[in-house]
Amino acid sequence: MQDFAASFLEAFQLVLGFNSGLLEIVWLSLKVSMTAVVVAAIIGLPIGAFLAVSRFPGRGIIIVTVTAMMGLPPVVVGLVVYLLLSNAGVLGPLQLLYTPTAMIIAQTILVVPIIAALARQTLEDLNVEYRDQLKLFGLGSFARLRTLLWEGRYSLMTTLLAGFGRAVAEVGAVIIVGGNINHVTRVMTTTIALETSKGNLALALGLGIVLVVIAFTINALAFLLRAAAERSAYV
Amino acid sequence: MQSNTRPVLPLIAKGLFVRRKGRVLLDVDSIAIDGSGTTVLVGPNGAGKSLLLKVLSGLRVPDKGQISWNGLAPDRQRYCRFGFVLQNPVMLRRSALSNVEYALRAVGHDKSEAKRRAPIVLEEAGLTSLASASARVLSGGEMQRLALARALAAGPDLLFLDEPTSSLDPASVLAIEAMVKNASRDGMRIVLIAHDLAQAKRVGDEIIFMHRGKIAENVPMEQFFKQPGTPEAEAFIAGKILVPKEQQ
Repeated sequence: MQDFAASFLEAFQLVLGFNSGLLEIVWLSLKVSMTAVVVAAIIGLPIGAFLAVSRFPGRGIIIVTVTAMMGLPPVVVGLVVYLLLSNAGVLGPLQLLYTPTAMIIAQTILVVPIIAALARQTLEDLNVEYRDQLKLFGLGSFARLRTLLWEGRYSLMTTLLAGFGRAVAEVGAVIIVGGNINHVTRVMTTTIALETSKGNLALALGLGIVLVVIAFTINALAFLLRAAAERSAYV
Repeated sequence: MQSNTRPVLPLIAKGLFVRRKGRVLLDVDSIAIDGSGTTVLVGPNGAGKSLLLKVLSGLRVPDKGQISWNGLAPDRQRYCRFGFVLQNPVMLRRSALSNVEYALRAVGHDKSEAKRRAPIVLEEAGLTSLASASARVLSGGEMQRLALARALAAGPDLLFLDEPTSSLDPASVLAIEAMVKNASRDGMRIVLIAHDLAQAKRVGDEIIFMHRGKIAENVPMEQFFKQPGTPEAEAFIAGKILVPKEQQ
């Protein structure tokens, strides 16, 4: 127990003392996950918007597939990306394996279905409500979609936060494609796994504290977004 | 020759037919809307009144039938010549003022013009004090007035109103009716669905009575009440319940 207490104390000292090693890992984690979310948003939002407002044969199957992919097992995604990026893989010549880019690719694959599925639901509900009125305004498809995206902006931002939460807490895929290389691809989750196995609980706990703070921050941001929405005539 | 002054009038429809799940919802041989004045559309629940307006405005596509606006098939460019206040007005998630600005911009006004005109529109509707309020938390009467003001702001040729005063208090009803009468006086062609026959008399010039998806009568207001042309119309005026065919 005394060891645990000492580890906790050391962990807090690492966090509050802005330990450079810890900050490096936190910064890389945030950089990788934020980049993955931005890329996933660029891919996922148009997919979600298209599925929300269009009608075509097979649409239901695609929606079910995208929704099911929200639960993609990270290790499977990691394995597939590993196979693609390894020397013998299709993308082997790019030499991306064990780089932050490989981790971004893996996290993007995990986050795209979350953003696409949640955006589709948000925009489809809005479209049902607004369809007739927007048509009566004489708006074209693009203008209507732009209005729907604006009207759903707060819900869509919450969707992005959900995607970021998934990305930053992910360990299985990034450890396979990143290799957990010190100062190169070592992020919070992979460091926690490694340091725990080595018995270095202080750093693992310190990063755990940072992760929990990030999780709380994401939820607080989602809450504040909703409050801001209500203040700005969004109810 | 096509007139450019009122691009959606005359509105002419022939052979409109809509069936859903084996039930005929709309079966209208022909209808023509032109000129000026206010037509009130009445009939029992499920008679097809709302559906008729949605089909005529292009919001719903009939199974069969032809519709022409000023001699041409409906197109998106002329939607802005329609005003349509839906039974449950749809307000954007923004302030009352922004809702009007949005409508003005949608019909082609630039940003500065929309910003200049929107407060005037709200003032005419008596909604100035609510300009910055969320449009979605207004009372039913305020929301209907805003919806009507927003529709009128675009200066449409033809205005459809789907039960604009249902479940409103008497003051709100009078306010809406005053706005409708003003618009009619200004030359706007209006078609209004009403369940209140007294309201029909107050605002209407002619009446269309619908029953089981068909137009049973299309006559001047006075004639409808003095000499109803069908037993169904007579029963409707007398306040008797007209049971749908499939329930008999």
